[in-house]
Amino acid sequence: MESDYAIEAEGLRRTYRTRTGWLRPRRETVEAVRGVDLTVRRGELFGLLGPNGAGKTTTIKMLNTLLIPTAGTARIRGFDVVEQTREVRRRIGYVFGGDRGLYDRLSALDNLRYFAELYGVPPRDQKRRIAELLELVGLTGRERERVEGYSRGMRQRLHIARGLLHAPEVLFLDEPSIGVDPVAARELRRTVAGLAANGATVVLTTHYMAEADELCDRIAVISGGEIQALGTPAELRSRADGRRVVEVEAYGVPDTAISALRGLPGVRETSVEDRGALQLLTVQSDAHVDVQGDVLRELAGIRLGRVDSREPTLEDAYVAIVGAA
Amino acid sequence: MRTLRTLLIGTLLRAKHLSRSPFEVALALVIPLVQATLAVYLFRAGDEPHRLLEAAVGAGLMGVWASVLTGSGGAIQHQRFEGTLEIIMLTPRHPVLVVLPLTAATAVTGCYALVATLLWGRIVYGIPIDLAHPLAFGAATLACIAGLGMFGLLLASTFVLMRNANALANPLDYPIWLLSGMLVPISVLPAWTAPIAAVLPTTWGARALREATVGGPVWPSIGICLALGTVCLVLGAVLLKSFERRARAAATLALA
Repeated sequence: MESDYAIEAEGLRRTYRTRTGWLRPRRETVEAVRGVDLTVRRGELFGLLGPNGAGKTTTIKMLNTLLIPTAGTARIRGFDVVEQTREVRRRIGYVFGGDRGLYDRLSALDNLRYFAELYGVPPRDQKRRIAELLELVGLTGRERERVEGYSRGMRQRLHIARGLLHAPEVLFLDEPSIGVDPVAARELRRTVAGLAANGATVVLTTHYMAEADELCDRIAVISGGEIQALGTPAELRSRADGRRVVEVEAYGVPDTAISALRGLPGVRETSVEDRGALQLLTVQSDAHVDVQGDVLRELAGIRLGRVDSREPTLEDAYVAIVGAA
Repeated sequence: MRTLRTLLIGTLLRAKHLSRSPFEVALALVIPLVQATLAVYLFRAGDEPHRLLEAAVGAGLMGVWASVLTGSGGAIQHQRFEGTLEIIMLTPRHPVLVVLPLTAATAVTGCYALVATLLWGRIVYGIPIDLAHPLAFGAATLACIAGLGMFGLLLASTFVLMRNANALANPLDYPIWLLSGMLVPISVLPAWTAPIAAVLPTTWGARALREATVGGPVWPSIGICLALGTVCLVLGAVLLKSFERRARAAATLALA
């Protein structure tokens, strides 16, 4: 029985058990996902954001039948992901980022032919469908070249074409823009937006806030295996309302200085991003408290670059949500 | 019809992929020469030079088996490493349609080892390719490819479950060609090995090739090779379905 919802998940949990050593085996249990509930409407572009190890990929792999949940249930268009795998697999596409997942020594055309067979695309439709998809992802004219000679952006586009061969109703995109240059990433976003505009349901995991902000109808922020916040980008952004952000470019900030910043009155979140030799300090504070002077005082004696004070963005809201988890 | 088409296209594309691997090509060039040499000196030392061709055929079949075994284990492991194992298992077809082309392709490329061993034997050591039943030899070769491909599927089903598939594949290489009488006649092996040899498709494939080479009833051996291969296919299909589910529970389809 097909459902009005594209995706329904209730109490989804996944535990990994690992064993190392033979004589004295050491067993470890890791709870990657600890009870995820979510519903995604048909035609919705849904974002799943979270830091590394938050449980995003595990959640996607449970929804797309690659992993059996330890507990809980999930349905795709009303079909159970554990018991009705074939029905689910007919309706979904899965694309992940990076260099893997393609046959490098075959051409793009051979890759698509092979997967078209495996996805059960009728033989009479294969040629037309493959040509359409090559056109969609901008690989027409390059389809007879071996994939091993492709750039990462081209591989990613081929991945997307592969994932769309059987015209899936639900498409899972797991960090599709990872390692892709800005121009290729923009093309990718355009393609993804086009898919959603044509009625496909898309679940997108990404580290790039701007990408999620631009594309997603709703976003779930996941951390520690649980959904910490769920809403439209505007709703999530409002989580950082009443805050002010000070950004400082610095060189060689010691951990003690960062701890001191965290202890300043009015400071709510502090994060450090390494950019080569440069460190970007982001300090979120209550809007009515001007912490810029205190921050610069704590950083006295350290070489500084640009100092900026601004309104919070979705990324700041994300940092606040993950930091509070 | 649709199923056959999927199997055929899958096998051809997989064979194409294998044939473009510099590693596989280098192995394919060197191993048959080594095997032809092994066959020649083993039998010259054994004072049975009239059996050189038979030995070369057996040595060639060892190459087919090595290709199927390391190919099946290696293909699954390589696909796991490359991230394609998850993608192919995610397709809405029965896992047999996904995995059988992988093992069939290794049997097809392994067939080259058989031909190359005979050619090296002819060129380097002057072993005449004087087959008793040339037509039956062709049929026996095809039966070997099919039988070993189906046997490979049975092995591959376990490789889907196990993350370290190569660890299981490598030790199986020598026992199987020894037990199947590819190089050493089964009659010289201990009696307890006979029941094991009797249920291996490789034993009957090797026997069919030998009979086609030196004379004998080829067709019954071909029939038994294919029948045992079909049993492996059915068993492999059942296990594959079950192991695929277990692999999803144990999270072994991906490396991490």
